[in-house]
Amino acid sequence: MEIPYTVTARPDTGLWNAKIGIWLFLASEIMLFGGLFSAYVFLRIGADAANPWPHGLLNVPVGTFNTFVLISSSMTMVMAWASLKMRKFAQYRIYMGLTILCALAFLCVKAYEYNDKFHHYGVWLKNGEFITGHLEENTPESLTILPDIHHEGRHFWPETEHGAPREIKKADIRRWSNFTPKFSPFFAIYFTLTGLHGLHVFGGMVVNIYFWLPGSKLYRTNPEHLANRVEVSGLFWHFVDLVWIFLFPVLYLL
Amino acid sequence: MEISASPAHVHHGEEHAHEHHDPGFLGKYVFSTDHKVIGVQYGVTGLIFLFFGFCLMLLMRWQLAYHGQPLPVLGPVLAKIFPKEMPGGVMTPEFYNSLGAMHGTIMVFLGIVPIAFAAFGNFVVPLQIGAPDMTFPRINMASYQAFFIGGVIMLVSFFCPGGAAKGGWTSYAPLADITDRAPNMFFTGQTMWLIGMVFLITSSLLGSVNFITTIIQLRAPGMTWMRLPFFCWAQLITAFLLLLAFPPLEAASVMQLMDRVAGTSFFLPTGLVVNGEIVNISGGGSPLLWQHLFWFLGHPEVYVLILPAMGIVAEVVANNTRKPLWGYKAAVFSALTLGFLSFIVWAHHMYLTGMGARVSSFFQTTTILISIPSVIILTALLLSLWGGSIRFTVPMLFATAFMPMFGIGGLTGIPLAFNAVVLYLHDTYYVIAHFHYIVAPGTIFALFAGVYYWFPKATGRMMNEFLGKLHFWPSLLFINGIFMPMFLQGMAGVHRRWYDGGASYDLAKPVLHWNAFMSWSAWLLCVSQFPFILNFFWSIWFGKKVDHNPWHATTLEWEAPSPPPHGNFLKPPVVHRGPYEYSVPGSEDDFIPQGKA
Amino acid sequence: MNNEHSADDHPHHDISKHVRRYMGVFLALLLGTVVTVAASYIPFKSNEVNIAVALAIATVKATLVAAIFMHLSAERWTIYRFLIITVVFAIGLFSLTALAFSDHIHR
Repeated sequence: MEIPYTVTARPDTGLWNAKIGIWLFLASEIMLFGGLFSAYVFLRIGADAANPWPHGLLNVPVGTFNTFVLISSSMTMVMAWASLKMRKFAQYRIYMGLTILCALAFLCVKAYEYNDKFHHYGVWLKNGEFITGHLEENTPESLTILPDIHHEGRHFWPETEHGAPREIKKADIRRWSNFTPKFSPFFAIYFTLTGLHGLHVFGGMVVNIYFWLPGSKLYRTNPEHLANRVEVSGLFWHFVDLVWIFLFPVLYLL
Repeated sequence: MEISASPAHVHHGEEHAHEHHDPGFLGKYVFSTDHKVIGVQYGVTGLIFLFFGFCLMLLMRWQLAYHGQPLPVLGPVLAKIFPKEMPGGVMTPEFYNSLGAMHGTIMVFLGIVPIAFAAFGNFVVPLQIGAPDMTFPRINMASYQAFFIGGVIMLVSFFCPGGAAKGGWTSYAPLADITDRAPNMFFTGQTMWLIGMVFLITSSLLGSVNFITTIIQLRAPGMTWMRLPFFCWAQLITAFLLLLAFPPLEAASVMQLMDRVAGTSFFLPTGLVVNGEIVNISGGGSPLLWQHLFWFLGHPEVYVLILPAMGIVAEVVANNTRKPLWGYKAAVFSALTLGFLSFIVWAHHMYLTGMGARVSSFFQTTTILISIPSVIILTALLLSLWGGSIRFTVPMLFATAFMPMFGIGGLTGIPLAFNAVVLYLHDTYYVIAHFHYIVAPGTIFALFAGVYYWFPKATGRMMNEFLGKLHFWPSLLFINGIFMPMFLQGMAGVHRRWYDGGASYDLAKPVLHWNAFMSWSAWLLCVSQFPFILNFFWSIWFGKKVDHNPWHATTLEWEAPSPPPHGNFLKPPVVHRGPYEYSVPGSEDDFIPQGKA
Repeated sequence: MNNEHSADDHPHHDISKHVRRYMGVFLALLLGTVVTVAASYIPFKSNEVNIAVALAIATVKATLVAAIFMHLSAERWTIYRFLIITVVFAIGLFSLTALAFSDHIHR
């Protein structure tokens, strides 16, 4: 028993099975990220005086670089598929390898960004003052913070200057935390959205590695089938890129 | 991304016995990629969960009728298993809440959806459209496995410190966010509930992708859209609802998981006070956000529960009235409209959240609109009975009972569409009675109809008719005994979450005597399920053997052998006519199968 | 147009023509990214204008990816139908949850 239309299209729909499957899957992904984006909108509209929506907390040059990386990977992905369609296997191997490399680079940059945030702290004092900076020392009675120095206006390059160490009594602190999800609604949605997106990048990368190495054996027996499979993983990959195209301005720039 | 399964051998009925590689017990029954086996797996697991969820309710009914008294017989046993939750066999309020939350969750997500959608859909749809299998058999298997893992996680959560989830099946924040604050938030009931939900959502997602692709791609030659049996239409629309409505809940589950495990405040407002202390959180979130995302799934979910049931009833009714389904096209278009509208009615569950009058008016309007297609489908089913020479077989009994029961459930829902009325009725037993009439004597009766109807296809044997009737009549009686008095209690103002059944509230006094009546009805309903259980197992081995088409039905599944072999049909089916050609004037039989030239 | 991208009739010269288009889109996306970043540093009249500009550019970029890289510019109607339904529901999810803030009873 063979399931029909795995490689060739069904005449009346003009589609092979996996193409319908992946588009349906992407439709549900639209709703998944749609749910999170609508949460973002909801939280942002509802931001109150205690938690004003922050601007410029993320590293824009790094984010821009990562956007370039992901866009390039999308281009190499579509080229990998086109190479298979033109039956140029060596070229496919190169482009697919580049796609995987880009995915890896993206994840590494993301890890660097996360790590950077985890080492940044924010302190709310009971008198209403709010200080961010690097943690120098943490004793049971007090914190020592190297406070960030903020200049007027918005800056492309992140501000890395620090003021003189400042000791803060724990008794004066209302709440303090590093820049983790629990820090504020902004970081909550930032880490959730980018974390989920990162998982998608990782998943796509694993699938691509499979089609790059063991899965590419299929080329010898049925090159069209391999091309179809790569098209499917490509559709997923472009979708991941597409989500990032929205994530980048929404989280980094606005 | 697994795209296709390419079995090494071509299977055909006769050759099957001579196959060289025998898949073995595990390959055949546990890790099978055959849609029929997966359907049966879903069905059996779903029925077990359905019974388990039902038993949770039986425990709750004891507490409601005889609150504060130790449970007879089972009490000492439960006291041993749950020493903290059931000290001396008396139920604590926390345990009662756990039972309530898990009853809802298990019945909806582990009982009815897997049976109505996954079990019947998997078993019947490929057969009805004349396909050899689902388009993605291995994804199909993964779907069942994800469901199974999700189910196990839900069961295990009973043994977490603090017990299973107790925030209601809707898991409203902030209650669900802050419940069971434990040193290790990971091993708490609510967290397990969320993780379980993520698995269940993944399972339905994989299932629905598979269903839609199968129905679009693998229809047999000649099976045009208007020749598709209504059951397949219902499953197709259900699959779309699951595909598009579940992901926002997955997003919400992830966010609630973050709230619990990573300490975020997605659903926690600024300045939240718990036990007289301000909670150390950032705040800035909104409990309303959870409700929006939950009910964005929650309402389409209602139609996920009801559409497959309508599909089953349509098949059974057409077959047993020996008449074409009345208004097939109207029913199909109504089902499509129903599917569409079900996405824009969700906030009628939220009239009392203070979301504002404008939003309420919008959702009030759409909610009234959605009753129209529902009524059209029910009318089509009802008018199909007109002038038919009805055979009251066991599936037909359940199918006919479905109509008035679903009718009661639907009509009592109309008052709940108006936000002024909801001010009074919100969260009372009236609401409980309303949706239970739709899903319990409605959907579950339809599911029983489906089990009795397709049992001969799955096993090649009939279920016993006498035991079937012994199952049906008491069930119909007792299920009304449970839910009818709930309308009275609800209109008197009895709240759905009162742990003592209302005994400590003066307003409940005049309707309090119904509690014992309803509880006894529930326990007797449980007793009346035993004929079914007995019948099910007895018939697998000793039921009357029948040929491939014992009901003289027209749809394609009855052209395959019973039980169908791997690959389903002995020769590829071709469809020549519509699905319900019964009693065609001038034909020798009173039915013409779809595949007959 | 509908047949242009069906699975089995891809003459090879056809694909090599596409390759040039893919490169064009790639460059457009890079350019779009630069413009988005630059635009976010221009102080428009209000923050809302900045948001609108950034989202408009993102939408253009997303459309390019979907239309060219994902071949949506020449896809079958079955797929379009899926996506139309999905987008309608996604818009419903967005607008109706945001509508909760249109009333002053809220908060």
